[in-house]
Amino acid sequence: MSRPLLQVSDLKKHYALSGGILGRAKTVYAVDGISFDIARGETLALVGESGCGKSTVGKAVLRLFDITAGQIVLDGKRIDDLSDASLRPLRRRLQVVFQDPFSSLNPRQSVREAIAEPLRNFGLASSRTELNKKVGEVLDRVKLPRDAARRLPHEFSGGQRQRVGIARALAPSPDLIICDEAVSALDVSVKAQIVNLLKDLQNELGLALLFISHDLAVVENISHRIAVMYLGKIVEIGSRRQIFAAPRHPYTQALLSAVPIPEPGVRRDRIILRGDLPSPINPPSGCRFHTRCPYVFDRCRKEEPELRVLESGHQAACHL
Amino acid sequence: MALLEVENLQTHFRTPDGVNRAVDGVSFAIEAGQTLAVVGESGCGKSVTAMSILRLIPEPPGKIAGSVRFKGRELLTLPEKEMRKIRGGDIAMIFQEPMTSLNPVLTVGKQIAETVRLHEGLGRRAANARALEMLELAGISEPRRRLKDYPHQLSGGMRQRVMIAIALACSPQLLVADEPTTALDVTIQAQILALMQDLKQRVGAAIMLITHDLGVVAEVAEHVIVLYAGKKVEEAPVKELFRNPKHPYTRGLLGAVPKLGSSLTGADVRLAEIPGLVPDLRERITGCVFAERCGLATPICRSVAPALEAKTPNHLASCHHAERQELAA
Repeated sequence: MSRPLLQVSDLKKHYALSGGILGRAKTVYAVDGISFDIARGETLALVGESGCGKSTVGKAVLRLFDITAGQIVLDGKRIDDLSDASLRPLRRRLQVVFQDPFSSLNPRQSVREAIAEPLRNFGLASSRTELNKKVGEVLDRVKLPRDAARRLPHEFSGGQRQRVGIARALAPSPDLIICDEAVSALDVSVKAQIVNLLKDLQNELGLALLFISHDLAVVENISHRIAVMYLGKIVEIGSRRQIFAAPRHPYTQALLSAVPIPEPGVRRDRIILRGDLPSPINPPSGCRFHTRCPYVFDRCRKEEPELRVLESGHQAACHL
Repeated sequence: MALLEVENLQTHFRTPDGVNRAVDGVSFAIEAGQTLAVVGESGCGKSVTAMSILRLIPEPPGKIAGSVRFKGRELLTLPEKEMRKIRGGDIAMIFQEPMTSLNPVLTVGKQIAETVRLHEGLGRRAANARALEMLELAGISEPRRRLKDYPHQLSGGMRQRVMIAIALACSPQLLVADEPTTALDVTIQAQILALMQDLKQRVGAAIMLITHDLGVVAEVAEHVIVLYAGKKVEEAPVKELFRNPKHPYTRGLLGAVPKLGSSLTGADVRLAEIPGLVPDLRERITGCVFAERCGLATPICRSVAPALEAKTPNHLASCHHAERQELAA
């Protein structure tokens, strides 16, 4: 098997909270030891509820902050310990699309400028003509009209703005795009357009995607493999078929059963989890899911389950 | 007589660039104890419809016309003082983001008690007892302790439970819920939907549920209306609508929703797209509001607005080609 494009091993990101009234420092265990890899042209989804650490993983891979522990290897080269200067040329290969394109685009910058900026930044166009040509090509790719280049972000609808966001990420020909809830804010019909666009782009360009989302139905449509996160840990990882046909972790099962299905009259055995996600400041002992797990027994409270291989490519962290 | 009858509701806003016809001639009725879902995408007028029923639209720049009758009584001409008795009393509301509808400087207990004191004239002690009872009913753990909590001390799911507790405290006959679970995680959404179903049975309230999530609709609604560009384009009982959608927009929406488990058939499923964008409501649209994005549109669609008519008993749709596309399908 060829070398994976991205390898993340035992990634940890802890934040120190400067103490409250008593002045005791606390630690937020946002991401607490997770490992995965992504092959070229593959989509790996990170799913989980708000606060599970999935966005933190995305930002860590982008090196938007220093990680606490672990390794991030891009195409065989370790990038988590690189200096900013030596990381710079590699940044071209990792791009990102955020949830709300309106807040990630400069409102006073035309679409042309927004797309040209990364091209200039990485020295990918030697002349004005070449720059314009490249901007035009990227606009074609995301199916925006060429005259969109002259307009400002506010002149576009949510879906079109997200196309601009994708165009900007696409401009420097990256290997991996991190989509952080990239379709979550969009209306149903527009969401379908953007999901299809991302899949088309992946097929045409051989892009890898790290697709961070809480929307399981979208994830099923777009991903090859899925990692389910709970309180900073991966509790289950596997192929689309393994996760959606035979989920093994009780949390994955509950998550899937909670998704409302657009078919009236179809009653499912729903596992309703009690309570909320516990705080990552003081995660529960043993298995982090034990406070909400319907199958909890003694060992879960004491001993933390390791990810176990169930079959090729399918792992879950559960004592059962 | 239905519990709520909305007839030819028109809510228009004056803007510097012309009149925005946010809701343009919508009619529907809700029977006592019924759950009606109002479905559509952003800008279709679903929230404005709800706000108009409760007269929460500032006038000007807004202007509400038509008729809204609650138990036969016209609400649009009611003096504001009377209207205030109805809001939170006979008709209660919950919104998407509970943090913006709860008062951040009052404890949760106080906010529930305030409602029942105002509407039912209960004394302080009785009101506090009711507050406790409502929190218990809403499934909040350690309700006695939570009474003294402020909204910021609660999680998103708990805040929405508090909103539900406030809304149901005066046993309303109609609950207007505007995207009540949209901001919540799926596991919490499942909790809240189960709670709403359970309370509806106990209190017997009718629910007007506004949502863009067709999964939620399929799960809790009995009857559905679909709005597009300020107009009702389709209405049917929930099963009928999902099995037999007649308007191309409804069909488009249903095709665009990714379905859980769809990958298990083996084939890679491509989502159906609805091309184009929602029209600008400041421009007068002649003909069908959906014509610009519709694959079936013919010249008549661009010149004549299709009437909303019963295609089969109980099933209304406004499309010139509803029969044709059924043949196609």
